[in-house]
Amino acid sequence: MIIEHSRIVRVQGDIITVPASGITYGELATVKSRSGLSLAQVIRLRGDDVFLQVFAGSRGVSTGDTVRFLGHPMQVPFGDALLGRIFNGSGEPIDKGPDLRALPRISIGGPSVNPVRRVIPRGFIETRVPMVDVFNPLVESQKLPIFAAAGEPYNELLARIGMRANADVVILGGIGLKYDEYLKFRMAFEDAGVLSRTIMFVHTASDPVVERLLVPDLALAVAEQFGVRGRRVLVLLTDMTAFADAMKEIAISMDQVPSNLGYPGSLYSDLASRYEKAVDFDGAGSITILAVTTMPGDDVTHPVPDNTGYITEGQFYLRKGVIEPFGSLSRLKQLVIGKVTRPDHGYIMNSMIRLFARSREVEQKLAMGFDRTPDDERYLRYGRLFYERFMNLRVDLGINDALDLGWKTLAECFQSDEVEIKQEFIDRHWPA
Amino acid sequence: MAVNGPLVTCEVDEGREVLQNEVAYVTCGGVPLKSEVIRIRGSQIDLQVFESTTGLKVGDEAEFSGELLSATLGPGMLGMIYDGLQNPLGELENDQGFFLRRGQYLPSLDREKPWDFEPLVRAGAQVRAGQYLGRVTEGIFEHPIMAPLILQGIWEVQEIRPAGRYTVEDTVAILTNVDAQVRRQVSVTLKQEWPVKRPMRVYEERLLPDTQLLTQCRMIDIFFPLAEGGTACIPGPFGAGKTVLQQIISRYAETDIVIIVACGERAGEVVETIREFPKLEDPKTGRSLMERTVIICNTSSMPVAAREASIYTGLTLGEYYRQLGLKVLLLADSTSRWAQALRETSARMEEIPGEEAFPAYLESRIAAVYERAGKVRLFSGATGSLTMIGTVSPAGGNFEEPVTQNTLKVVGAFHGLSRTRSDQRRYPAIDPLISWSLYTQQMRASLNTRHEQWVDLVQEAHDLIFRGSEIHQMMMVVGEEGIGLDDLVIYLKSEIIDAVCLQQDSFDRVDQATSRQRQVSDFGLLMDMVHHEFAFESKEQAKSSMTHLQNLFFQLKYCPFEGDAYHRYRSQIEAVLRGKGASHP
Repeated sequence: MIIEHSRIVRVQGDIITVPASGITYGELATVKSRSGLSLAQVIRLRGDDVFLQVFAGSRGVSTGDTVRFLGHPMQVPFGDALLGRIFNGSGEPIDKGPDLRALPRISIGGPSVNPVRRVIPRGFIETRVPMVDVFNPLVESQKLPIFAAAGEPYNELLARIGMRANADVVILGGIGLKYDEYLKFRMAFEDAGVLSRTIMFVHTASDPVVERLLVPDLALAVAEQFGVRGRRVLVLLTDMTAFADAMKEIAISMDQVPSNLGYPGSLYSDLASRYEKAVDFDGAGSITILAVTTMPGDDVTHPVPDNTGYITEGQFYLRKGVIEPFGSLSRLKQLVIGKVTRPDHGYIMNSMIRLFARSREVEQKLAMGFDRTPDDERYLRYGRLFYERFMNLRVDLGINDALDLGWKTLAECFQSDEVEIKQEFIDRHWPA
Repeated sequence: MAVNGPLVTCEVDEGREVLQNEVAYVTCGGVPLKSEVIRIRGSQIDLQVFESTTGLKVGDEAEFSGELLSATLGPGMLGMIYDGLQNPLGELENDQGFFLRRGQYLPSLDREKPWDFEPLVRAGAQVRAGQYLGRVTEGIFEHPIMAPLILQGIWEVQEIRPAGRYTVEDTVAILTNVDAQVRRQVSVTLKQEWPVKRPMRVYEERLLPDTQLLTQCRMIDIFFPLAEGGTACIPGPFGAGKTVLQQIISRYAETDIVIIVACGERAGEVVETIREFPKLEDPKTGRSLMERTVIICNTSSMPVAAREASIYTGLTLGEYYRQLGLKVLLLADSTSRWAQALRETSARMEEIPGEEAFPAYLESRIAAVYERAGKVRLFSGATGSLTMIGTVSPAGGNFEEPVTQNTLKVVGAFHGLSRTRSDQRRYPAIDPLISWSLYTQQMRASLNTRHEQWVDLVQEAHDLIFRGSEIHQMMMVVGEEGIGLDDLVIYLKSEIIDAVCLQQDSFDRVDQATSRQRQVSDFGLLMDMVHHEFAFESKEQAKSSMTHLQNLFFQLKYCPFEGDAYHRYRSQIEAVLRGKGASHP
């Protein structure tokens, strides 16, 4: 049953209030105003007052505009026909592709997976980015944020991973994306010929703020359906700080008491309910989430990165255009290193990082004006090679090639008894 | 009449009795959603709904049960995985095979399973709440069946059923009250109910926690010990190793029962416990660890209101096992998420916020939770204990925030994890410079049974760590050249204590757990090293000899206790300590 109302009694921020009865919590509505048609969602009921969050924003909404309640919560079409398509933050196609109205529709923001139906993740997702694959491998069903200050090439990194990762379906959720960035993503996926396994939900910075809120839910609801059908899905979200900021706006408009820097007290739960969609389904597919969280002021204790860090299974720090080897962490890496990947993986990883730390120390020592020894030269050389061959984001290498290059790099700079690796692996891998 | 997220306000007829914390069911499209009364204002009742409220509309019915939110207690809880409301997660039906469906409330205990019951009292006996009427065998335990804990006064056993097989719902005894005017009868089954938010005070007296609870984590057991019936909190920034530490404690702590409350944390961590525990062996009984464990699991994406309930459910289960005369350990991960659930509900009720928008009653709620732990003497004379360890996840890793501060006021031990130590890969990252335990003094007598001067020795080692840290700070400023040889040796000694005693490798089979006997023996050797007066001629010599010594201690800790390799390294260390220290081969 579709009910129409045309008396808006209150507009505050992007929230409007309409007197109506028989409306269900979470239901969707359309608001027809002089600036066009917009979706809106019921976020509170109080007696006969219905509070709606208008996705296109309340600008131009007049007290006489028409509100139509649709009788169901937010939904999105689902099917293999979604592959290769691009949608906006309301789930409408924006790529002039064929009509999708015939597809079945699924509700977004569904319930949590029963914890007893999860399995311990075992799958390795190869991204062909050595700093990820070798040093902090991405594990199927993992949720990992990329912490970066503004101006870092995080979207470039995300696009690269989206192009190369060995997943069945890649879903991009762009939240407050600059239009240029959106075009770059699209071109990157087109050029790499992977558009056919990609689905994009894009909210650009010029779109209404409230639409941001839907993007992660849309992307993850679709991912879940592919996941239960046995596909290995990689979800890329950028930028979750913009998502949190949109939540802050809504909370303040709803007169909620802010807890920290204006963010609502529910920030942790709100972020967690999205990130926790990452899952390895027992006997079916999986969802892996890689999300960008920009750090305002490069401060990791800001509420958004801080809460994110408690939710996710590790983090990558992107600093000065490279993935920082120290501080970055994949908590699940022990599950795949040397088990799914080659047995020498763990040893080469530890040894290379230890020596790189040493090379950083040498750099600092020299910067303080101490004399340069021949030993220092070796470490400096190693540091340079490490940067060029592994840290540089342009490097495109499979895991086994990267491990071999690791052995080669070590051998070029050090003797085999200096690298603290078990003899049996030295015997097998040390280049003659 | 109003819906605001999980907070639903409804109106009741004038004159109808409503109980605070009463359970109500709000019907949403034919599905009853469990909820709890959290505020009463005239005829307006505020309910927090334990499920998603999507689809509710004004005019939907709410039904009041007249009963408080309760846990069901009895044989069959061990090994179970419950949600925050004690629904068995393994038995719920899942949408599409995976997703939790709302509105399902299943019995917490298997109703079909028969238990071998054996009576312990005869008809005519006078009993009171908590007294054992009989027992059943549950796995490795004798599970006593008690007179209902909610009973007041003296009751007479009118009838007791003979030994045989009964399900949890069968009546095994009938009691009548003795001292009241009106005669009342209650039938006793193997199971009983208890309101989760009410502390179970059915015992003779509370005792001072004066016996150590061994966790097999050296840093805790030696420096910041826990007591049976005590409380502790583990705050730490993300990535400092809270979870690994908790998992290790839950595996190796010497208790009868472990209750794990996964409260608002990652589902992945619970999954690891669920999938690994059945495969792990309890070193004490040789049975699967799962047989002594109950998991209560309300992960971060499950409904927030049920997260608040989950800690109380865990406590109630813990108190129940304590009534059975058992040693119980409750691990709550994390109490910050529980406090945040309070904050979310409080904000929706538009209460005046306190610090960081937490409600003003945060402090008293935290205190009430931790105060439910304790060691007690039961009416039977036996003792039971409930020990609680809560983790705290302070925003930004800053311990000045309200949850950490209010928790520190009420706990007996503080194991603060620090980013500095975890960055240095010194695990467990408990910071010896800020942590404390009130139980060291409280348990002085029992700790000194390890060694007559145990507490003083530990104090000495702890002082040395402080001193070593000061010297290290000094070295950072003036360089190694700026400090004296004596100070360098003190620093090197403190580094050895850190490396081989404080640091413990959770992923190594030998090092991950250290028995009491080994703690005493290895710590004694370490203190011999501390007391030894090394006579070094130069700093270079001191460094190389001490590095050699450190390596011997280091190898020792990875060797199985009392094995050949263990004795070999031990005698090498003893040989070094017989000389003057300049012993590099």
